[in-house]
Amino acid sequence: MSSFHEVIRKNESSILAGWLAEMASSNRRSDLMSDAELRQQATELLRLVTNAAETSTDPMSEAFSSTRDYLKDIAKSRMEQGFSPAETALFILSLKQPVFNALRDTAGISPTKLVTEILTAGTVLDRLAVETVNNAVEFRDLVISRQQEEMLELSTPVVKLWEGVLALPLIGTLDSARTQVVMESLLSAIVETNSQIAIIDITGVPTVDTLVAQHLIKTITAARLMGADCYLSGIRPAIAQTIVHLGIDLVDVQTKAKLADAFALALTRLGKTVVNAKQVAKSTNKREEA
Amino acid sequence: MVLKSDVHPIVGSDDVVRVRQVARQWAAELKFSLVDQTKLVTATSELARNTLEHGKGGRMRVELVENGARRGIRLTFEDEGPGIANIELALRDGYTTGSGLGLGLSGSKRLMNEFDIKSETGRGTTVTVTRWK
Repeated sequence: MSSFHEVIRKNESSILAGWLAEMASSNRRSDLMSDAELRQQATELLRLVTNAAETSTDPMSEAFSSTRDYLKDIAKSRMEQGFSPAETALFILSLKQPVFNALRDTAGISPTKLVTEILTAGTVLDRLAVETVNNAVEFRDLVISRQQEEMLELSTPVVKLWEGVLALPLIGTLDSARTQVVMESLLSAIVETNSQIAIIDITGVPTVDTLVAQHLIKTITAARLMGADCYLSGIRPAIAQTIVHLGIDLVDVQTKAKLADAFALALTRLGKTVVNAKQVAKSTNKREEA
Repeated sequence: MVLKSDVHPIVGSDDVVRVRQVARQWAAELKFSLVDQTKLVTATSELARNTLEHGKGGRMRVELVENGARRGIRLTFEDEGPGIANIELALRDGYTTGSGLGLGLSGSKRLMNEFDIKSETGRGTTVTVTRWK
């Protein structure tokens, strides 16, 4: 008699009111969520918890599966709305006080029964809150790993500068995972575009140590095996001095300080020159006059 | 004389990037020139990677040191890994037990002003380097 789910059922409206009041005083974020939505979520959750508690007091049991599913949805939508995991947990934890109050005010309940029911209800709600935080964090991890993958894709664009000339502007840290992507995308781009020259620009790479140098040398060697010449550009003065002190041998690699220099060299190798259009026009006119 | 010190763990490849940023921050605070900053950061990267890959993880202590009017940064890399059997060989250019270029240790020595290495087989390795401003 007077188990906590029965008490909740009997006092549903007052508990709901107490819960909403509790949330309003502690962690109400009216900037992120409307009152109507919150009330609807609270009503639904209270109904699910009460139904599940009829058959079981273990929040991990089958009886609570629909409650857990609902909490998963709540966690996801809360994260998307910009709530913190703590705020999401407080949503459930603030249900404890009104439930305890209702149990306390139940007529004819023995002290032993009261303590037992408060403990049971407390444990159930705590476990559900922990589960929700877990869901929230999992959801966030999912977003992070998706962003990492996107970044890996985005961070290694191979661009075509001219017919037969590719450029690979590298930005950020060159760890092994990224170097692999860099090498693959460069080599496949060389084949696809039928390029003779590839320029690797390291202006955006903050530190060039032996590992980075080794990765670069391997990429350049692989490109050379495929018949393309590789130039290395964007070598800043500080990096140049550091490479010398480290003793890295880049003698076999064609290097340039700026991407523009490397591009100019590439055009020369291809037998192209850049001329001033106005002067060309003038000289052609002169020839025509003569 | 040590004016300030801090310890950072090196247990994953993310930590190599992190201690590198720490070294850059300290060097910038001390107003190292850009070249000196780059040298310090590169040596940090090499030694931290050694600690991780050969020493199976360890830690880096960074200290702001003063010697008379001179100030500098001292870095100590410690690990409890297998140790180095032949230090003289390990410091030779191009010698490597892994798959790298074999320039990390010798290169770091050239990038820094002071370099000291202590190692005991089976006990671990401690590398202490200092770059003066």
